[in-house]
Order: sequence, then C-alpha cells, then structure tokens
Amino acid sequence: MKELLIGNAAVARGLYEAGCGVISSYPGTPSTEITEEAAKYDEIYCEWAPNEKVAMEVAFGASLGGVRSSCAMKHVGLNVAADPLFTMSYTGVNAGVVICVADDPGMHSSQNEQDSRHYAIGAKVPMLEPADSEEAYEFAKRAFELSEEYDTPVFLRMCTRIAHSQSIVQTGEPKKIERKPYVKDGGKYIMMPANAKKRHPVVEERMKKLSALAEKTDFNRVEMGGTDIGIITSGTSYQYVKEVFGDKVSVYKLGLVHPLPVESLREFAAKVKKLYVVEELDGVIEAHCKANGIDVIGKDMFSNIGEFSQKTIAAAFGLPPHETYKISETVPVRPPMMCAGCPHRGMYYVLAKNKVTVLGDIGCYTLGAQPPLAAIDTTLCMGASVSGLHGFNKAFGEEGGEKCACVIGDSTFIHSGVTGLINVAYNNSPSVVIILDNSITGMTGHQQNPTTGYNIKGDPATKIDLETLCHAVGIEHVSVVDPYDLDMCDKALKEALSKKEPSVIISRRPCVLLKYVKAKMPVKVNPDKCKSCKKCMGFGCPAISFKEGKAFIDNTLCVGCGVCTQLCAFDAIESEG
Amino acid sequence: MDTMSIMIVGVGGQGSVLASKLLGRLLVDEGYDVKVSEVHGMSQRGGSVTTYVRFGDRVYSPLIDDGEADYIVSFEKIEGARYLNCLKKGGRLIVNTQQIDPMPVIIGQADYPEKILDSVRASGAEVDAVDALAIAREAGSAKAVNIVLMARLAKYFHIPYDKWIAAIEKTVAPKFVDMNKKAFELGYNH
Repeated sequence: MKELLIGNAAVARGLYEAGCGVISSYPGTPSTEITEEAAKYDEIYCEWAPNEKVAMEVAFGASLGGVRSSCAMKHVGLNVAADPLFTMSYTGVNAGVVICVADDPGMHSSQNEQDSRHYAIGAKVPMLEPADSEEAYEFAKRAFELSEEYDTPVFLRMCTRIAHSQSIVQTGEPKKIERKPYVKDGGKYIMMPANAKKRHPVVEERMKKLSALAEKTDFNRVEMGGTDIGIITSGTSYQYVKEVFGDKVSVYKLGLVHPLPVESLREFAAKVKKLYVVEELDGVIEAHCKANGIDVIGKDMFSNIGEFSQKTIAAAFGLPPHETYKISETVPVRPPMMCAGCPHRGMYYVLAKNKVTVLGDIGCYTLGAQPPLAAIDTTLCMGASVSGLHGFNKAFGEEGGEKCACVIGDSTFIHSGVTGLINVAYNNSPSVVIILDNSITGMTGHQQNPTTGYNIKGDPATKIDLETLCHAVGIEHVSVVDPYDLDMCDKALKEALSKKEPSVIISRRPCVLLKYVKAKMPVKVNPDKCKSCKKCMGFGCPAISFKEGKAFIDNTLCVGCGVCTQLCAFDAIESEG
Repeated sequence: MDTMSIMIVGVGGQGSVLASKLLGRLLVDEGYDVKVSEVHGMSQRGGSVTTYVRFGDRVYSPLIDDGEADYIVSFEKIEGARYLNCLKKGGRLIVNTQQIDPMPVIIGQADYPEKILDSVRASGAEVDAVDALAIAREAGSAKAVNIVLMARLAKYFHIPYDKWIAAIEKTVAPKFVDMNKKAFELGYNH
C-alpha cells in the first residue's frame, strides 16, 4: 500500500513488518512517534519505560528471550542508555536489536545538538541513516537482518527532518518470526572480566567484517552525474544536495554511516575533479576520509552548528539566492510559552514572587524561564534539578545562604529525579524539591508514565504514589498543593524554605491540554474596576493583554482557571459563569 | 513538473495539522510525489510554527527556503509577514486576519504591527486577506479556520473543487464532514 508517513511512523511500520515483538522507549522529541505508532500494532508489545537505560535493557532482555526488539530515544536519551549500549556491543544479541536514535540538529526541542554517530563509533555498533520515510521503513526492516547476521545491536539514526517529514512509503506485509530459543551462554552474556576479555576481540573482528560489508552494501549507493563536483553525504543532507544540484554533480550517498567504506570512497574520489562532504553536525565522514588520505572539503565550507537546508548548500557553493519580497517592518518574535491555564504558572508566580533561585529541569516547564516570570535559573539535563540543588545547598555549608528550590515534572522525576532525591535524603541537604505533577509527560505530546495510572495503550496500570515514594526514600516533609491556589503554594513554599531538613512539595493539577480537563467559562475584566496597575500582566498568561489602557482577557484563549482573579487587588477580574 | 511549495504558518495549537493532512491526502491522490514537514515539540506551545508541503514529479528537500514558496497560508495576521522572505516572486500570501498577541506584545515590550498587511502588499506580493475565523464560525465551528483557509488556497489552485471535497471526506472525522464541507464552500465563495 502507498502511504504518506512521517519518518517515525515509517520506522514503526518497518519494525512491525520485520516481526519486532517488543519495543521499550522513553519519549523524546523527535523520536516519540516511533513507539507511539508501533503501539498501534497489536502484534508488538510496546511500553513506555521510566528512562532510556531501562528501555534499552528491556530490549536486550527481549532479544535474549528470542524476540526481535527495539528501543527508541532522542540523542540525549542515548547518553542515559550509554551504559548498557557499550556492553551490549560485547554480548551481541540473540534475536535482533534495533536502537532508534533521533538527533535534533538546530535544537528545535532539545538542550544540545550532539551527534549520535560518535556513539556508534565509540560503542563499535553499526549505524544506518535513512534519507526519507521510504528508507526509514526499509532500513528499519533490514536492520534486524544485519543485527542477527553480525550478532550486534544496530543503530537506526534519525534526525528531526527525517523523523517529522512525511513522504510516500510503499508498505508490505508483516513477517511471522519464530521465537529463537534462549540458550545459556555465560561466555557471551556474562560480561565479567574473564569473559569480556574474550568478547572484545570478537567485537573488533566484527567491525572488520562490517567494514568489508560497507565497501559493497546496497545501503550505500553512488549516483553518477557531472564529474566536476563529487559529494559524499547521507540522511537529510542528501536531499538538500539533490534539491540544489539534481544530476549536475555526482553523489556518494551513505546509508550505512558506521562503519564507513574506504576503497569504495577512494574509487569515487578518483572519478570526480573535486570532492566535498556534506554532513550536518560534526565532520565525521570528513575526518574518516582525511584519515584514509582521501582529499575532501567539508567543515571548511559547511558549519558544524545547526541544521542545513538547500539554502545552506547553494550559498556554500556560491549560487545566487532566490528572489523574494521584503518589508522593513519587524515582526515581534513569538517564542513558545506556557499555555493559558497551565498549572505550572501558579507555582512559578509564587517562586518568582519569593525571589527563589530555581534549578530547573527538562519539560514544558522549562518555559517558566521566559519573561515575565523568568522563574528558572538552570536547565541541564533530565533529573539534574534535584541533584544540582543538593550540590548548590552543599556549597553554602551549614549556614545556608540562597533561598533555593528545584522544579521537576512528574515524568522527569521518575526518569532520573528520584535518584537525586535519594541523594538529598541520604546525604541530607535542606533542599526544597518541587514536583510539578501535571499527570502526564507534557512536552513530547502527552505520553503516559508510571505516575499516571495508565500504560501506553491507555489501559489502567500500576500507579506510583509520589507521596509514598518520597516518604520511602527518606523525605519526612512532603506536602501537596494545588497550583491554582496561590496562597496555598506560597504558604507551603515558605514553610519548606524555613526547614533545615529536605522537603518535597508536590504541585498537582493535570495539564490543561488533557482531553478530560474541561475548560471553564472564561473570566473577564470589568473595565470600571480595573485600575490599570498591570499586576495581572506579570503573570505571563497569553490570554491576558493590555488594550486601551485596561487589562483585557481574550476569551478564545482563556480556560477560566481563575488564578488571575487572585492577583487583582481591585476584584476587577470576574468570572462569567 | 517542477516542485511546487506551500508553506502553512501559524501559532502553535491553531490546528494547522489538519490542513497539511488534507493537502497531503489530496496531492497523493492526484499522483504526485509529496513531502510534508513540520516540527513537533516545544514550538507547538504557542510559538510560531511552520509546515512545509511540497509536491511534484520528484521531491527532494522537505524544507522551503527563501523565495521558494508558491503559496504561504497564514493562520494568523503577522505570521505570514514573518515568513515573507520565503515567498517566491509571483507567489501569493493567503492570510487569516485573526490577531493573536505574541508574548512580547502581551507584556508591553513590542507593539502588534496592525497594518503589516499594507506593507506586505506594498512590497508587491499578492495578498488574499480573509477573516477565516468569522467564516468558520458561520459554518458552525471556530475550529474550521483551517478548512476555510484551504478553500481560499483551492481558489487559486489547479486541482478541481470536487477533488478537495473528496479529500475532506477522507481526512475529517465523519461527524464533522458536513460542517467542514460547509466551511469549505463558504471559504471558497467568499
């Protein structure tokens, strides 16, 4: 069947047709839809794991149990899963394992733009990189064969523009795969020193075989055109090169991006006058070519920062820009922001009002850094708010110093905040940990997690009780507040800040975008009562603006949360209902 | 044929997804090679969002760059102007005159450029400005803004009316088909 699929849905289709039986993942843009789409096939067991390390280990276990398995994550998620990765390279697989990793050049929704190819090189694991949805589908399917033939996990590297672009895929029928028997084999699967020493040479031998494969595999292809210019490229960069040059240049398109061929590239180099490497992020292919004495131009011409487009390529080769229209007026920027009625806003307002230094974390609530609230001081990585706060407190010693706290979402807390909290309790710091529990994994588009009571299919599941969990790790002071009640939040925060022991405040209210959360009647400003003090403007709600000298509430955006009514000293904001 | 490019721009949460889904369906049914590209994640939280739709005999890049868009369909008044640099010479901006204040305007750091469409017209670009929200409400739902704007695009487009209606029937949930067909009709004939 011919279907228009985003790259991630195409990967899911490929995994499905290849008989993949288990997928465990943690959501992360731009990788999330791989697992969401796969979960629509009843034949695949899919789950959201608490974090990427767990997900990868589940995939390992499923492979050991004889079922083709996969896990999907964003580039930074691979950092979390790096521990099992490097040793899975040694153990190899029983049934095939495909590790999907999605990079985010240009950082559309990420905190850095690391290049996942370094992991393939470091862990000595082969990596495939598709250039559109058709290839994403094809490569996902074939990755299992590669995995089983070479006894190795296989990477499938996506990037934002492949993951989230739809293109046409000719889908096929699923293959029925028999479960492979599990055979006890300590030498292969127990990676203690004596065994691991024997496995390392196996890994090196495998890399040699894969390098030989790279010379002849049809994952790579040469498209000869004009021979003045030759370009080595892969993934989305290939599309930009073809967009600009069509058949005017010759292209070596890599699909297997680790290991890279040598002789085959050398042959290509001999056929063209001048050879370029076009690759987003780091100069990995370029460095490989140069190390093997193949003369190429790469990062001297193309940046290792941000994502490319056809314009990048055209400009680098000195082609004239397309004509267009220009206006002199500037259009005000429109950064993303927390939604009207977002439950995080109330807690941020209280934190900002109390002038608290706030260590932040990864999620929608990172948007609390935006003015006017500007309530966050740091964002590093998943879970770092809690552990960072502990260190921040320790820096001030027994005396204490800064008024400080941290904020972390429910899903992020389970991902890797809880280990930080254990440290807070065990090594005792007066840390104030605020869990912004909006009952969903928000930023990535509403995935269930262990605190929501539902699994990936939306079926009821064991629900972690955050209060009990915090008590269990040794936190005595645990309170729960409603972030729509500013006084309650203020009181709980002041109390927690006054304590010498650690405390947790759970700020609990479901995300306003959840279907079951019903909007109330919008509130409105009574212009006769409004004294134009602009206090409500400091709340940073997108529904509140200032028109004709008075506060104004946009009734298409307002969801009637009513928090702004608590801010107005003149009772000028009134409920309609 | 050469690749054609349509850019859909708006504010995260406005519902441009259905518009791109409809276009994608229509163009695939017409037998074109099609690429539709959008960014998920943080920008969807009230930020400026773009969707790229490209079709032709063979489409390579999923992106639309400076001077490449045959059409820009803007769900909000100033968003089209923001991406005007992407409009091809001779291209057309179809714009919903609805205003949504961005945060710098809300907090008083910037003014909303009310008259920006005059500047766009003065630059020489063809502009079709329409109050899509009012038309959508007339059809029965403010959410049909996307269909109204697609109807405006259909007016200038080479694919016949009936094919669009067929694509709506295939894309929209059954209970909303009639309302959306009405929105399309009202938008087309406006």
